[in-house]
Amino acid sequence: MNTENFEIKAYPEMWESLNMDVERFDKMRLMLGEIYGKTYLTQKNRPNSMAYFDNMIAEIHGGRIQELLNAKKEGKPVVGTFCVYIPEEIVLAAGGVCVGLCGGSQGSVPDAEKILPRNICPMVKSAFGFKAGRICPYFQAVDFVYGETTCDAKKKTWEILNQMVPTYVMEIPQTKKPSAVDMWLSEVKDFKTKVESIAGSEVTLDKLEEAVKVMNNKRKALQRLNNLRHADPTPISGKDVLLIEQIAFYDEPVRFVAKVNSLCDELEQRIADGVTVQDSSAARIMVAGVPMALPNWKLHNLVEGAGGVIVNEESCIGTRYYKDLMKENTGDMESILKELTRRYMQIDCSCFTPNDERIDQVLKEYKESGAHGLIHYSLQFCHTYNVEEVKIRKACEKQGIPYMFIESDYSPEDVGQIQTRVEAFLEQISE
Amino acid sequence: MFIGVDLGSRTIKVVVWQDGKLVDHKIEESGFEPHEQARAMLLPYQPRQIVATGYGRHLAKEHFANKVITEIKAHGMGIHTLLPDVTTVVDIGGQDSKVITLNAKGQVANFQMNDKCAAGTGRFLEIMAASLAYPLKDFGPAALESDQAVQINSMCTVFAESEVISLKNRGVPRQHIAKAVHSSVADRIVAMLNRIGFGESVAFSGGVANNPCIVQMVRDRLENVQVTVPENPSIIGALGAAIAASQVSKS
Repeated sequence: MNTENFEIKAYPEMWESLNMDVERFDKMRLMLGEIYGKTYLTQKNRPNSMAYFDNMIAEIHGGRIQELLNAKKEGKPVVGTFCVYIPEEIVLAAGGVCVGLCGGSQGSVPDAEKILPRNICPMVKSAFGFKAGRICPYFQAVDFVYGETTCDAKKKTWEILNQMVPTYVMEIPQTKKPSAVDMWLSEVKDFKTKVESIAGSEVTLDKLEEAVKVMNNKRKALQRLNNLRHADPTPISGKDVLLIEQIAFYDEPVRFVAKVNSLCDELEQRIADGVTVQDSSAARIMVAGVPMALPNWKLHNLVEGAGGVIVNEESCIGTRYYKDLMKENTGDMESILKELTRRYMQIDCSCFTPNDERIDQVLKEYKESGAHGLIHYSLQFCHTYNVEEVKIRKACEKQGIPYMFIESDYSPEDVGQIQTRVEAFLEQISE
Repeated sequence: MFIGVDLGSRTIKVVVWQDGKLVDHKIEESGFEPHEQARAMLLPYQPRQIVATGYGRHLAKEHFANKVITEIKAHGMGIHTLLPDVTTVVDIGGQDSKVITLNAKGQVANFQMNDKCAAGTGRFLEIMAASLAYPLKDFGPAALESDQAVQINSMCTVFAESEVISLKNRGVPRQHIAKAVHSSVADRIVAMLNRIGFGESVAFSGGVANNPCIVQMVRDRLENVQVTVPENPSIIGALGAAIAASQVSKS
């Protein structure tokens, strides 16, 4: 596949049936296709198995949506999500589908700013704008949106979003005290009831055990991919791994696992054959911080455009999504829900206080990834990550880790400055 | 002969380096086609290597330069060559402000750079000078004449300009407002220095170092620190690039 003939496929009739702003959306489709071509298909020496993921982008507004609509026809719940805190196992056990919603693009921000304040997180604005402007087929296709209380901007936006699409909110604890764990367990149980009511059937122990295995396999496949990219020299670009981590949020999980594993087989062969994507002298960079939602490839594109390579994403769209597994075959419903609660309470989101396990996790991943430097990436107005950055910086200074902090949003206006900073950081590391 | 070109946001600087010495330099305002203009400035020379830096560095590499380095590395190298004892460089250019710390070899150890906007940069001072009807070269000296402290609270160029206008309209003499504008820039520089840490010897580079009030105010705010301004601060980036060009040839 080359840049010239890549296009995100159009499904105007389906979009019409989903009550979308078809004319406008079609323009966005063309733009996204062009950006994807420039960012992804110009890369040299990509693994052949990336063809599947290229196709997932080509079908992002059609093929995958059709699958969701088919699932809905069969009475399966389709849940739109934003956060790694959604207990996906429960949705899968009900025969349902989880899809990450659109929220990584500048294109929908003006739609949000007509209603919401400007000075809040760009991810929240982007996501809200996609619904307000009717320019995201996923938003149009879901039964309900799963919202959570990981930040103030989100939790208040859900109230307004709920006027446009049913939005179910789970309360995420802010500490990891026993009382907080109990509270989360009861939230999990409520969520199960909600999903069951939409599915019209009970989530049985067998089905839940099965779903735990599916999700564990998904997380293991992503762990395997992340371990393989840590090879030096790395067999795959950071951009490609980020793309797969993004696609993980909307692909069908069993198929996705098979495709990630066959990519991993290819990467093992590439490592054995010494095939790589960058010069062996390329500076290896680890990124830590906030999620980069599709199509936010800004930082990866700048780092890899400047001759570096990204070897790890410590982020919700990254290791935070797949680092923790669940115990399988727990035996009874109460135990499995408790195990599920335990697993989800391991997530080291900056919404927790204190959250020192994240500092340890960042340092651990830095070591495992063989990185030469760390970039902490935050979105503007993301107070929890922006403040936690102070502690990450200190920890890196203490360990002698070359470190840089970038705070940005989805707009292109700061690309020049970030490019200069990224290039200077790579110079600093290479000296 | 080696050449460094700094295609900055406001001016283009060229430095010619030969036998370990600075032998020539030029500064011109950047026009619409900075690479063409830079190329014209290079016409008289036959360099062995050209290294480009500044905002237009990649454009220069597309057209004529052999290699690019960032402004951050270039200012570090330039200052280290002229002033080997300096540990921290404050570079304030037309569009960016940066604080760069250097190791003993003159390599970049750490740096800070302004993010999105023109706050604390040469452009900020230009807009404020225009708002107070000062020619840019008189702006710093005028501020030095003021002995009164008024406050400008906003570092955002747009908001600060509103503050300047409201001070003007309260009848505050313009040299006092000029002083307030300079103070706010100096405070910002010192905040950046404090965030990144600095040694006993700080040097300025970049065009804003030609403003005597900024330099004086930063000097006053840093105790027991030697603050040096090189003879021609605007060309330090180009000088660093020229030295880098001489090193490319060696390796």
